[in-house]
Amino acid sequence: MTASALSAAADGRPAGRRCAVGIALGIFVLLALTPLLSQLYGGGYLTTLAMRAMILAIAAISLDLLIGQGGMVSFGHAAFVALGAYAYGIAIDEGVYSIFAILPAAFAAAGLFALVTGAISLRTRGVYFIMITLAFAQMLYFAMGSLSRYGADDGLTLWSSADVAGTGLLKSDTGLFLSILAALVGVWLLVNRIAVSRFGRVLRAARQNPTRVATMGYSVFRYRLTAYVIAALIAALAGVFWGAQANFVSPAIGSWQRSGDLIAIVVLGGMGSRNGALIGALFLVFIEEVLSGITHDWRLIFGPMLVLIALYAHGGLAGWIERLQGPRRSGGG
Amino acid sequence: MTDPVLEIDRLTKSFGALCVTDDVTVTLMPGECHALIGPNGAGKSTLVHQVSGLVRPDRGRILFQGRDVTALSQHARAQAGLGRSFQITSIIPEFTALENVALAAQARAGKSFRFFRDAGRERALNETARACLGQLGLGDRGDLVAGELSHGEKRLLELAIALAGAPKALLLDEPMAGMGRAESATLTQTLLGLKARYPMLLIEHDMEAVFTLADRVSVLVAGAIVATGTPKEIRNNPQARAAYLGEATA
Repeated sequence: MTASALSAAADGRPAGRRCAVGIALGIFVLLALTPLLSQLYGGGYLTTLAMRAMILAIAAISLDLLIGQGGMVSFGHAAFVALGAYAYGIAIDEGVYSIFAILPAAFAAAGLFALVTGAISLRTRGVYFIMITLAFAQMLYFAMGSLSRYGADDGLTLWSSADVAGTGLLKSDTGLFLSILAALVGVWLLVNRIAVSRFGRVLRAARQNPTRVATMGYSVFRYRLTAYVIAALIAALAGVFWGAQANFVSPAIGSWQRSGDLIAIVVLGGMGSRNGALIGALFLVFIEEVLSGITHDWRLIFGPMLVLIALYAHGGLAGWIERLQGPRRSGGG
Repeated sequence: MTDPVLEIDRLTKSFGALCVTDDVTVTLMPGECHALIGPNGAGKSTLVHQVSGLVRPDRGRILFQGRDVTALSQHARAQAGLGRSFQITSIIPEFTALENVALAAQARAGKSFRFFRDAGRERALNETARACLGQLGLGDRGDLVAGELSHGEKRLLELAIALAGAPKALLLDEPMAGMGRAESATLTQTLLGLKARYPMLLIEHDMEAVFTLADRVSVLVAGAIVATGTPKEIRNNPQARAAYLGEATA
């Protein structure tokens, strides 16, 4: 009963939708206030933390398009983030500063890699898909580690920032912060529009019953591959911001642990829900901050938490919050 | 003589040493209901799977509206106008009944690479879906989550999905499976009403339904057709009786 009510909410029942939009709006407003809070307390540290969380959220939202909507558990999603970050890093290192050159390059690299690896990976399902996406990501990881011109394993430190049509938008902390926030809101809107669109409806149906969807006349493969490429493009955008925020890129951005983090965020937040990946990313950064203050081995505490949430909080944190907000709704499905 | 809508031509399929489809030839004429009967394990479902494209035959051809579709994928055959229902209910469980049918209507409408407009609010799709649900007596069930419908309602929903694709022929794999007597009788009447518009290849164990609906009956035993004829001929055919009807009434 609860499960189907939840999925109905994710599928865009009006009541659940309004509630979820309210929560997202609240989160965005709170995020927008962090630079102000940061001035009172922490001196910029809070802003940096919020930027990292938002970049992670952008990547996680794109992964949820695959996992939550499409049922494609990709274990190599960080590779696309890394491609975006390296496009940024290499461009800056080579003296190409215009963001209007960097972004297309990042999109082209990630899109092409997704098109080729997706076309191969999507011929498999389940555990094999997890394995093969991981394998492709590892290939890229080692390829990046061998770029001796760009720092190889040690990574590449960047001494300048990208330029946005002559303005210093990405050069100041506030400008960068607002750009990332705007991108996050845009990505959130885009992915939630896709979810209820014709395309998203086919994608969600194919997760539940691909044979049925095929006998309706849809080529499931084409829809999945398109989603795979879209998710890669969004992840690359996160990667560009990653490079701009950290002024440093290294193969570690695309390591399998990073891909694992992204899956953890999606599961933790609630797969296939409007706000799951967003809430999961913010929660992960927050909990890492709090726990690593207590112990260096913070993952020893985070691990069991993830287990408990996977076991008991059906629909993840987002599902749990929505149940807190409106217990009547889950009974009304 | 008119051309058949569907022509299964000397189809053969083996799983290892087991021959599940043995040189089967079946035709479906416009406006016809052709029933396939046979004991469990005779290879009826496998035959339908080959026609819809879920299983590839080893040999033989499938012609649909005069066109060889043997090499086409499932979705291409569906687009060409082959609608089907499954023996084991196959729906989108988390979608509402209406959305299940609207999704099928959307496939018919084409252009599903649209990323922004809310598909749930597309009036044309929803109206088609409502009309199909109404035809099967599910008019008031549209807003329910499909997974929570009763078994009989899910069977009907499957048919509604098939109809929403505006098929040129229907492959019905035991549409009455698991239904009560009264439900079966109602569905038989509904199918009788649809027969004129949609040629049907019908697999069914419910003999009352078969003899009410079918214009021709083929008996499948161990992967091979042992008899084809009018319901009356099949009733009196000793081979068919021995293979199947005898067993059913014993």
